[in-house]
Amino acid sequence: MESEMRTKHRKRILTICIAILLAVSAGIALSACSGGGAQEDSAAAAGGEADAANTASETSDASDAPAEKATSGEITVYTALEDEQVTEYLAVFNAEYPDITVNIVRESTGVITARLLAEKDNAQADAVWGTAASSMMILDDQGMLEAYAPEGVDRILPEFKSDKPVPTWVGIDAWETAFIVNTVELDKLGLAVSDIGSYEDLLRPELKDHIVMSNPNSSGTGFLTVAGVLQLKGKDTEAGWDYLSKLHENVNQYVHSGSKPAKMAAAGECVVGVSFGYAGISQKANGAPVEVVFPVEGSGWDMEANALMKKDSIEPAAKTFLDWAISDAAMDLYKVNYPIIATGGDGNYEGYEIDPVSQLIENDFNWVANNRDDILSKWIEKYDSKSAAE
Amino acid sequence: MRPAQLALLLALLAGFTLIQIGPLFSLFSKAFLDADGSFAGLQNYADYFGSPSLSVSVRNTVDISFVTTLCSVLLGFAYAYALTRTNMRGKAFFRYTALIPIFLPTVVHALGLVYMFGKQGILTGLGVETELYGRFGIILSEIIYTFPQAFLMFVVALEVADGRLYEAADSMGVSAAGKFFGITLPDIRYTVVNVFFVCFTLAFTDFGAPKVLGGGYNVLATDIYKQIAGQFNMNMGAVVGTLLLLPAVLSFIAGRAVSSRNASTVNAKATRLVIRECAWRDAVFFVFCALVSACFLFLIAVLFMGALTEYYPYNMALTLRHFSFNASTGGIGSYFNSLWMSLLTAVFGTAFAFVYAYMMEKTDGFAALRRYGKLLAALPLALPGMVVGVSFIFFFNARSNPLHFIYGTVVILVLSNILHYFAVPFITATGSLKKLDREFESVSDSMRVSRLRLFLRVSAPLSLTAVLEIFMYYFVNSMVTVSAVVFLYGAKFKVASIAITHMEEAGDISQAAAMSLLILFINVAVRGAYALAAKCTERKIL
Repeated sequence: MESEMRTKHRKRILTICIAILLAVSAGIALSACSGGGAQEDSAAAAGGEADAANTASETSDASDAPAEKATSGEITVYTALEDEQVTEYLAVFNAEYPDITVNIVRESTGVITARLLAEKDNAQADAVWGTAASSMMILDDQGMLEAYAPEGVDRILPEFKSDKPVPTWVGIDAWETAFIVNTVELDKLGLAVSDIGSYEDLLRPELKDHIVMSNPNSSGTGFLTVAGVLQLKGKDTEAGWDYLSKLHENVNQYVHSGSKPAKMAAAGECVVGVSFGYAGISQKANGAPVEVVFPVEGSGWDMEANALMKKDSIEPAAKTFLDWAISDAAMDLYKVNYPIIATGGDGNYEGYEIDPVSQLIENDFNWVANNRDDILSKWIEKYDSKSAAE
Repeated sequence: MRPAQLALLLALLAGFTLIQIGPLFSLFSKAFLDADGSFAGLQNYADYFGSPSLSVSVRNTVDISFVTTLCSVLLGFAYAYALTRTNMRGKAFFRYTALIPIFLPTVVHALGLVYMFGKQGILTGLGVETELYGRFGIILSEIIYTFPQAFLMFVVALEVADGRLYEAADSMGVSAAGKFFGITLPDIRYTVVNVFFVCFTLAFTDFGAPKVLGGGYNVLATDIYKQIAGQFNMNMGAVVGTLLLLPAVLSFIAGRAVSSRNASTVNAKATRLVIRECAWRDAVFFVFCALVSACFLFLIAVLFMGALTEYYPYNMALTLRHFSFNASTGGIGSYFNSLWMSLLTAVFGTAFAFVYAYMMEKTDGFAALRRYGKLLAALPLALPGMVVGVSFIFFFNARSNPLHFIYGTVVILVLSNILHYFAVPFITATGSLKKLDREFESVSDSMRVSRLRLFLRVSAPLSLTAVLEIFMYYFVNSMVTVSAVVFLYGAKFKVASIAITHMEEAGDISQAAAMSLLILFINVAVRGAYALAAKCTERKIL
């Protein structure tokens, strides 16, 4: 009898406990999500007004900006620039602005963009520095960027900045498709570097299974290469896809990083890595037996850009940083690693035998953006599942 | 159940719900939304299942997980058996070498395999023709990754045995095989099933090996990477993430089926198992352990080779220049940050996992609550680091979350590590606790000894091996973890494992090797301290 009552009693407590537990966890989860949604809405609404207000304030800002420029503060900057470059560039920045502390988060383009997007509800970064323009367009679409015209933005070539009246992002340099060729391994195949000069040369039967390229679905470099080839062969024809299919016959694997093909070529894991210029040049400087070949037909390309993040309170020091990040002092630094800079440069390029600017194809960014999804799904259908099934 | 126990149970469950279900809900709810955030029902699933690459990814994932699991379970069991049930020499040494893989960042496993089987690899140079990039490489790498986990769980299970059973079998003239299949295997069946599911799920969700060695071999984990970090499609990422949970849910169901039939084997009257002399058995197991150890020691040799040569394989001149680190990757500061983070994770993670397992295993009543608790414990295994990282951002970075102040601090890194690596500690603790006779509880209850006292005086000391193993497990994994913390580390708190990834990405293989050596060093030192502690505190209870 007593035990029966105890069981009953216990059951009741149990029910209550479970109810409380569920209510608490559901409450927390829901408040996190729905609260986030509400926040977004109000932020978007406020953003719209702020945009208008900003355009006005920026114009006035531009006139009296030098007087108000912040010279102290602490900011968080997200970047996809290389580690060593970041350290070197920041040292120069801090020589000029010793009282501005810049905390850096550096990751590959994919991870840093995913992180920025995930943090949308409550942005952690004050500014984004040296990150792919294609990523900037996505952030811009999401309304995450604050329009800001950094000092000296007029010097930036028009195709290197967003087309808004007050730009939401401003480019600093470009990176482009390059073939990284391991000369030692190439020799074993009976070929010389001079035999590899164009996209067509990659179709040579000797190179079968010796080419590594990045996967456009996981790497920005892979995508700009594919988009470049499609444009070179004629945007709306099948010629580009015909070429990619033939190339596919020679490709050993598609990897998930833009610089990895260059590293694999440097380590002799493949003979030709379809990567980007800097990745190959830095491997060569490390002592790898590689040559960097820019295809004669031209290279697909994308740019690295800066932007101000939209936040409740914008750190004035972030604007100071963005001003500096397109100044001549900064451009001179970028130029060492990425010869193609957003101000056009002076035609003097170390490590390049040809003029790299003429190397860039005429990139139709609108066409690329509009067809991005189609290109990627067609690529997956043709090559991704096929290569996996083998 | 007493009110205090109930309160503790509720507190544990609420805390675990908060750090697991909260974040997962905020990510996985996106699986049912379209890009604009409006409700899409099952459309995303329809799209994903409609893509031609899916069936290939699923088939590939199941294939590599299955092969990996078979190999790891067999190898791990044989290795643990050698250390616990034979008299071979060098046990202490082999115990260390088995754990080498988890002392090193996973990128080092891949480097080792490239140096062995790659186009310029040593074995390739000797004429061994393999296609490293693809199925073969992924499976090898997954075996290296899952072997130590299988080994650890088996060693804890096999270490505890009731000698009386074997004596009785001997006196009845039961053959060695009869004892093995009649006593040893049934005794650890709970662990066997768990190890199977742990290895399967780890291989099922691991992204590191397919990323580095996968080539065109698509698996679900690379699909999720392509969606989240390639196409920035969080909704599709969430879809793949929910699919990855399937093995964990299956293992939860299977685990319940097994544990309901699991009787406790070491009761209060158990005696220590005496291992019989058998020279040929010891010799066979010695050769086996030596071979496995040689493979793992090769990984360390690779590190030294990478760190000491000018430019492998084209310039083999010796140099020490790689030991001066670039300051750019956070330098030595990130190393100390890693130590601090790992220590916090180990201390709090061990306490949490062990007490949690105790409450699940050794309390009566409230079966529904405890079942919910066990489900919570089964899920983390199936969460790829990327899912943990991104979902933590969505949940803890929300403005409406009162806890959002921990975002960007060491606290969120510790929480994500405790969650990410929870499954193996929980299974280890449960396995060890299951071996303790429930008579302890009933005796203490009838003598009105508090459960807390029982826990501190009997249960915890008897499970000391398990507790220390859990501590070690949390510590070493936190030292080398990348996939979750890469989304969560703050601008002012960088860790060494991320620095290694950056060095490797920048092509500084040699510096990455040097930093890996430092991590290896501290992990071995902690392991050594553990061995010393275990020796000092060892009591002859069993």
